[in-house]
Amino acid sequence: MNATKSAAHQLLPKIATGIPGFDELSHGGLPRYRTSLLKGGPGSGKTVFALQSLVNAARRRQEPGIFVAFEESTRQIVANAASFDWGLPALAGSKLFFLDAKLSPDVVKSGEFDLSGMLAMLKAKKEEIGAKWIVFDGIDVLLTLLQNPIAEMREIYRIRDWLADNEMNAAIITAKMDGAGSEIVNYGFMQFMVDCVIRFERRLEHGVALHRIQITKYRGSDFVAGEYPVSFGPAGMEVDAPEPAEIKQVASGERISAGFERLDKMLGGGLFRGSSTLITGVPGTSKTTLAGKFVEAACGRGERTLFVSFDESADRIARNLSSVGIQLKACVKSGLLRMYSARTETIGAEDHLVKLKALIREHRPRCMVIDPISAIAKAGGIAAARAVANRFIYLAKGEKITVMVTAINEGDEPETEATDLQISTIADTWIHLSYLIRSGERNRALTIIKSRGTWHSNQVRELVLSDAGPMLADVYTAGGEVLMGTLRWEKESEEKAKTLQRRTEFDHKRHELQAAEADTRARIKVLQQDLERQRLELEKYSSDNEARIVSSIDREQELRRIRSADPAGRAAIRIAAPLAKRRASGSSGNSGRKNKKDAQVAP
Amino acid sequence: MRKLRRKKANRSASGPAVMTIVVMRLYIANNAPNSVRAIANLEAICKEHLKDNFKLEIIDVLEYPLRALADGILVTPSLAKMSPSPAAKIVGNLSDKRSVLHALGIPEPVA
Repeated sequence: MNATKSAAHQLLPKIATGIPGFDELSHGGLPRYRTSLLKGGPGSGKTVFALQSLVNAARRRQEPGIFVAFEESTRQIVANAASFDWGLPALAGSKLFFLDAKLSPDVVKSGEFDLSGMLAMLKAKKEEIGAKWIVFDGIDVLLTLLQNPIAEMREIYRIRDWLADNEMNAAIITAKMDGAGSEIVNYGFMQFMVDCVIRFERRLEHGVALHRIQITKYRGSDFVAGEYPVSFGPAGMEVDAPEPAEIKQVASGERISAGFERLDKMLGGGLFRGSSTLITGVPGTSKTTLAGKFVEAACGRGERTLFVSFDESADRIARNLSSVGIQLKACVKSGLLRMYSARTETIGAEDHLVKLKALIREHRPRCMVIDPISAIAKAGGIAAARAVANRFIYLAKGEKITVMVTAINEGDEPETEATDLQISTIADTWIHLSYLIRSGERNRALTIIKSRGTWHSNQVRELVLSDAGPMLADVYTAGGEVLMGTLRWEKESEEKAKTLQRRTEFDHKRHELQAAEADTRARIKVLQQDLERQRLELEKYSSDNEARIVSSIDREQELRRIRSADPAGRAAIRIAAPLAKRRASGSSGNSGRKNKKDAQVAP
Repeated sequence: MRKLRRKKANRSASGPAVMTIVVMRLYIANNAPNSVRAIANLEAICKEHLKDNFKLEIIDVLEYPLRALADGILVTPSLAKMSPSPAAKIVGNLSDKRSVLHALGIPEPVA
């Protein structure tokens, strides 16, 4: 199954429309040399899609095209497209031919007619300008004029045969029909005749118009099924194609500051480059201040940054932030920071996304803040806003932009965010801000609920704002309760006093020990001196003793010599002689004891 | 050669006086059924109501497509009344005689 599918994919040539997102959705564009049908209600974007494809072919591939307008006059179509930067009037004079095929209401109808004449004219025109693309816009208008199902069928066949004979790179037929209430009798056959059917829809959700596109048929090719949002910007239509199922973003190990040092420490060294951070909290918990600090740090590193806010002017935000020591005006002036403020009323979430995409393209930021992202859910359905929020995060990741978004949650429990935009599941880091009310004070508390791929502190910190900016303070728990504000200050003072006392006590003890040590050392010194003295004394005593022995031997020898004693006595003298010699060389230490032994032998 | 030109002398006849000559162009698509039928229907109408007071040019769009395009023709068959004013355009095989007469400004004979 898969093999045949991919083989078909290889065989079927396609041609790109150049409409952002659609070529991804259809895996390459419209079927080449085939006919595609665009169906949908009025104002659903069929004509824009067809015209944009034609314009892109003419501008990018120099392929001329023919636009047959059955419903609107050529002038109307060119005027309607003037809001897009296509340069249509110039193209209409050269590469594109517009046939005004709108039957005037003055035309009298009498009996049956057919399209053979028109198709002959189009063939001639095609050969004249070398057209490669053709659009039949609003064919239903023409077909209903036939007032006959059989005639309708016949003319549809005629168009099909014509398209087969006049091989075009692509043919597009648009028709107002929406399945159930189709105005064309041969609706089913029309769909069968073409190789690709694209459905357009425009619906109102909570007073906001939402546009959708869906490929319902693509003969011989796989495609992304499902309905996708369509938005209109200055460059024309854009389809918000889904991100590829496989996420291929490269994870960066680089850390950047989340705004200030203490927070970075809590995050285990800062935020990862290209990661997304969600800050939740009830109104007034300093979400904007944290975001502002992040922006200030980014600009401080010389990185291009985008600050998107809603319903509050950029100037006011800058002023408010300067009251807590965050200076953004200079960054705006230097061009590093772009601040953009959007209105939320009547603009659907998808239009916000288009605007954000355009801003990113223009400013090329490395860091970005959306404050609050929950604002996009203000107008239009929550489902759309949720999808847009998700897509925005993925978009930022794809562009390697480090993004910080804030979201207001109604309750104080962070879990309530989950019912809102559901960004918390895709954000890498989730910081929650809350209030703690205790002893008549309202204090801000900061918790890191999650931070993917890194150690992070599990401690609640008090967020303290001053004109030097935000800072985090340790909180104390006493008796199972978290202390903040004044209570924290009291506890801190108490702790400080205790520390001081401990330090004094310690110092005192150290001095005591030092003195004792010095005393012992002094005593050791005295003892050593004693020891030395005693040793010397001992030595002196030993040498005296030896001298006495030697002198007594000398004296005995002298005595023997005088008395002329026998030779036995001489041997004794010989033994004594070396001793005398050693003594003369000045040896000390145990020689004294040796001498004593000798002396015992000698007599 | 499908380009036909028929001009007949003004010949007073019975019925209401139709002094002016009606100039018409009929755009057809070769021998497509509707086109063939249109020629027959128009000829019958002319014979009955205009006698010889008309000038008809039949243009085959398949042969002269760019001319037809320049003339603002969309579908075939199409009949264009050039004069007398007001100009009129009729599409279809002209099977509805009443609407053709009305568009050409020919008063309907009272039965």
